[in-house]
Amino acid sequence: MTETRGVWHLLLGNLTYNALPFYSAIAAFAAGLVVVGAISVFVLITWLGKWRYLWTEWFTSVDHKRIGVMYIIIAFIMMSRALIEAVLMRVQQAVAINSPGFLPPDHFGQLFSTHGTIMIFFMAMPFLTGLINYVMPLQIGARDVKFPLLNSISLWLTGGGAGLMMVSLVLGKFSTGGWSGYPPYTGIEFSPGVGPDYWIWAVSLSSIGTTLTGLNFATTIYKGRAPGMTLMRMPLFCWTSLCTSILMIFAMPPLTVATALLALDRYLGMHFFTNGMGGNMMNYANLFWLFGHPEVYILILPAFGVYSEVISAFSSKRLYGYTSLVCATMAIAILSFTVWLHHFFTMGQSANINAAFGIATMTIGVPTGVKVYDWLLTMFRGRVRFTPPMLFSLAFIVSFVIGGMTGIILATPPLDYMVHNTVFLVAHFHNMLIPGLLYGMIAGYQYWFPKAFGFRLNETWGRIAFGCWVVGFYLAFMPLYVLGAEGMPRRSQEVFDTAYRPWLLIAMIGAFILLAGLVSLFIQLRVSIRQRDSNRVFAGDPWDGRGLEWSVSAPPPEYNFAAIPTVTSRDTFAGQKERGQAYHPPKTYQDIEMPKNSAAGVVIGISGAACAFGLVWHIWWMSILGLILIWGTVIVRSFVRDIYKVIPAADVARTEARWLNHVANVRPVPRELETTLANKGLAESVA
Amino acid sequence: MSANEVIHAGLNLGATDPKTHEEAGSAIFGFWVFLMTDAVLFALLFANYGVLLSGTAGGPGPAAEFKLSSAFIETLLLLTSSFNFGMASLAMKHGSQPRLLQVWLLTTLLLGAGFLGMELHDFATMLSDGAAPSRSGFLSAFFALVSTHGLHVFAGCIWIIVMMVQIAVFGTDARVKINVLRLGLFWHFLDIIWVAIFSVVYLQGLIR
Repeated sequence: MTETRGVWHLLLGNLTYNALPFYSAIAAFAAGLVVVGAISVFVLITWLGKWRYLWTEWFTSVDHKRIGVMYIIIAFIMMSRALIEAVLMRVQQAVAINSPGFLPPDHFGQLFSTHGTIMIFFMAMPFLTGLINYVMPLQIGARDVKFPLLNSISLWLTGGGAGLMMVSLVLGKFSTGGWSGYPPYTGIEFSPGVGPDYWIWAVSLSSIGTTLTGLNFATTIYKGRAPGMTLMRMPLFCWTSLCTSILMIFAMPPLTVATALLALDRYLGMHFFTNGMGGNMMNYANLFWLFGHPEVYILILPAFGVYSEVISAFSSKRLYGYTSLVCATMAIAILSFTVWLHHFFTMGQSANINAAFGIATMTIGVPTGVKVYDWLLTMFRGRVRFTPPMLFSLAFIVSFVIGGMTGIILATPPLDYMVHNTVFLVAHFHNMLIPGLLYGMIAGYQYWFPKAFGFRLNETWGRIAFGCWVVGFYLAFMPLYVLGAEGMPRRSQEVFDTAYRPWLLIAMIGAFILLAGLVSLFIQLRVSIRQRDSNRVFAGDPWDGRGLEWSVSAPPPEYNFAAIPTVTSRDTFAGQKERGQAYHPPKTYQDIEMPKNSAAGVVIGISGAACAFGLVWHIWWMSILGLILIWGTVIVRSFVRDIYKVIPAADVARTEARWLNHVANVRPVPRELETTLANKGLAESVA
Repeated sequence: MSANEVIHAGLNLGATDPKTHEEAGSAIFGFWVFLMTDAVLFALLFANYGVLLSGTAGGPGPAAEFKLSSAFIETLLLLTSSFNFGMASLAMKHGSQPRLLQVWLLTTLLLGAGFLGMELHDFATMLSDGAAPSRSGFLSAFFALVSTHGLHVFAGCIWIIVMMVQIAVFGTDARVKINVLRLGLFWHFLDIIWVAIFSVVYLQGLIR
C-alpha cells in the first residue's frame, strides 16, 4: 500500500469513485434525482431567503405541533421514494417471466430491502409519531410534551436515519438482506459490502429516536394531563398513543441489541450470529421479532385510535363501548409480546412450541374483533357523513377483516408451512399495513389537517385519492394471495411459470393506481393551498369535534390553551358545547412559560448521521467526531440555565380576543353543509 | 399537593425543597422509564449470554478465564460506591453546604474508577490468554454483556464529573438536584445489574 492511498484511506475510508452507482442505469438515474432534488431544494430555499425562517421557526423548534408536522413531512418524502420502488418491483416481476427483465438481481434485492426498511422505519413510524405529537398533547389539555427538547432530538435522529437512507442511494449499494436483515446472510462473510452497514446504522438511529419518543409520550400521558382528565376520560386516540408508547419502550431495545450485535459481528469479527465458532443465528431471529411483532402493533394501534376518533366525529355520536375499546387496546398491547415466534414457525422449533404461539396469535383476533364491532355500533343510528377520513375508515374495516382472516391461516403452523416465504405472506402483511396503518394515517391527516393549518383540504381530490388507494390496494395485493397459494416465492427477481403472468400484470396495474393515490394526495394539498382563503376554519371546530383539540383556534396558538382546562367528563369539548360552556374566556390571563428553541436536536441528529456515515465507510475520524459532538452537546446543554421564555399575559389576551371575536362573528354550520364553503369552523349546536 | 407526599419512586426531596420536589415528579418518572428500556437491553444481553454459554468453539471457557477474587473485589468496590452515592443523595437533601455532597460524589467517582481499572485489567489478562471476543460465540457474549455494563459505569463516572462541576458553578439549584437524583437511580441500577452479572456470569461460570 502506497503512502498516498494511506492518506486518502485515512480521510475517506473505503469510500472511492467506485461507490457511485454506475452499475445500473436506473440506480444512476435515482441517485441523480436525489442529488438534483437536494440541490434544487437548497437553491430554492436560498433564493427565497427562507433559511433563517426555517431555522428559527422550524428546525430548532421544540413545539410539539411543529415537530409533529416535520415528522409527517419526512413520512411523505420517504413514502414517495418507497412507493416508486414498489412500482419498479411490480413492473419487474410482471415482465421478468422467463426473461431477466430490466432490474439485475442485485438491484432488485436492494429495492425490496429499502422498500421495507423505509416503509416501516421512515414512513410509518414518522407518520404515526407525527400525528401523536400533534394531537395527543392537545387532547389531554397540555401545553407541550413533558420533555420538549428530547422530542426535537428524537425527530432529528429519525431525520438523520432517513438522510442516511437517501445517501445510500447515491454512495454505495444498500443491503440485499431484506428489511429484517437476517444473518448469517447479512454477516461479513456473505455480505462484505457496505449494504448491511447502511441498514444497521439507519435503523439504529431511528430505533434510538423511537425509544426516546416512547419514553416522552408515556411520561406526558401519565404526568401531563389537565386536571380532571382521568385516564378513563382520555380520548381513545390517547389510549392507543399510550399503548404504542409502552410498546416502543419495551420493543425498541431488542432491535437496538440485534443491530448492535450484528454490527459487532461485522466490524470486530465476533460470533453472535455466524455459522461457526459458537454463533447462533436463531438468537437474531428471536431478538429481531421480539421487536418486530410488537412493532406491528406500534404501527396499527395509533391508526385504531384515529378510526375511533373519526368514526365517532362523523357519526355525531359518542364512541360505542369506550371501556371495551380501552381494554381491547391494552389486551392487544400485552398479547403482542407473546406471539413473536409466528414469524419463524418453519425454523425448527418443536410442534408444541409452534402450537402455543399459533394459539396466542389467534387470541389477538379476539380484542381486534371487539374493536370492529364497537366501530360498527358507533355508526349505528348515527348521522354518518361520508367525508374522506370516514371513507378511509370504512374501507379499513372491510379490508382489515379480510387481512385478519388470512392472518388466521398463517397463524396455523401446518398451513404456514405451505405458504411460508411465498407472496401469500407479502399479500397478508400489506393487507394489514395498508388498510390497518396507512389508511388510518391518511384519515388522521385529512381529519386534523384543518386544525393544524387553519383550512380544510379539498374534498374532491380527497375522494379521488381514496378511490385510488382502495382500488389500487385490491388490485395490487389480492392477486398475490392467489400467486402465493400457487407457490410463488417472495422476493423473486425472475419467475419461471407463465401461469403467473395475468396475476402479476393485475398486481402491476394496482401498484400504478396506488402511486396515483399518492399523487392525488399531493395534488389535493396543492389545490387546497391555492384555495385556502375560502376554506379557512379559524374558529377551530370544522367537524363538530368532541375532544379538547377542537376547543382552540385553528391553527392553535403556540401555548395551546390560554388557561389549562378543567375536565369533568369524557368527550370534554362536546360536553362543553352541549352545556353552552364552550368559547368562554377565563376570568384573567396569566403569563405563560414555554420552552425556548434549541439547536441541540439539530446538532445531535446531524452528528448522529455523520457518525453513522463514518461507520458505514470506515471513516473513523468522522465517527469519533460525531460521537464527541453528540455527547459534547448533551453536556454543554446541561449547563444552559436560560431555557424558558415567557409569553406575557397581555399577548395571550390579545391572541385569545382576536380568536373569540372571530368566533362570535361567524355563522355556525350545520353538519350537512360541513364540506361546503359555509364551514368556517364553528359547529351549529345540535339542540 | 403537599410536599411531604412521595411523588416518585426512590429518594424524594419532599419538604426540604417543595418546589423542586414538584418538578421532580415527571422528571424522575421519565428517568425510571428510561431505566426500564436499559433493563430490557441488559435482560436481552443476559439471555444472549445464556444461549451462547456453550458456544466456546473449543476455545477458553468460563472456568479457565474467570477469577473469583477479582470479581469479588470489583463487587465490593461497586457496592461501596453505591453506599457512597446514597450518602451523597442524603447530603444533598438535608445538607446545608454543597462541600459534603462534593466529597461523597468524589469518593463514589474514585470507587467507580477503581472498578473500571480492575475490570480493564481482567479484560487485558483474558486477551493475553487468547480469550478475545472474536475467539468464540461464548466470549463474544461475555464481552458484550460485561463491557456494556462497564461502558455504563464509565458514562456514570463522566456524569459524576459533570455534576461536580455544575455543583461548583451553580450550587444546588433545581436542575442540579433533579440530575443528581437521576444519576443516583442510574448508579444504583448499575449496581443491581452488576449483582446479576456476578451471580449469572462469574458464580455460575465457576461452579460449572
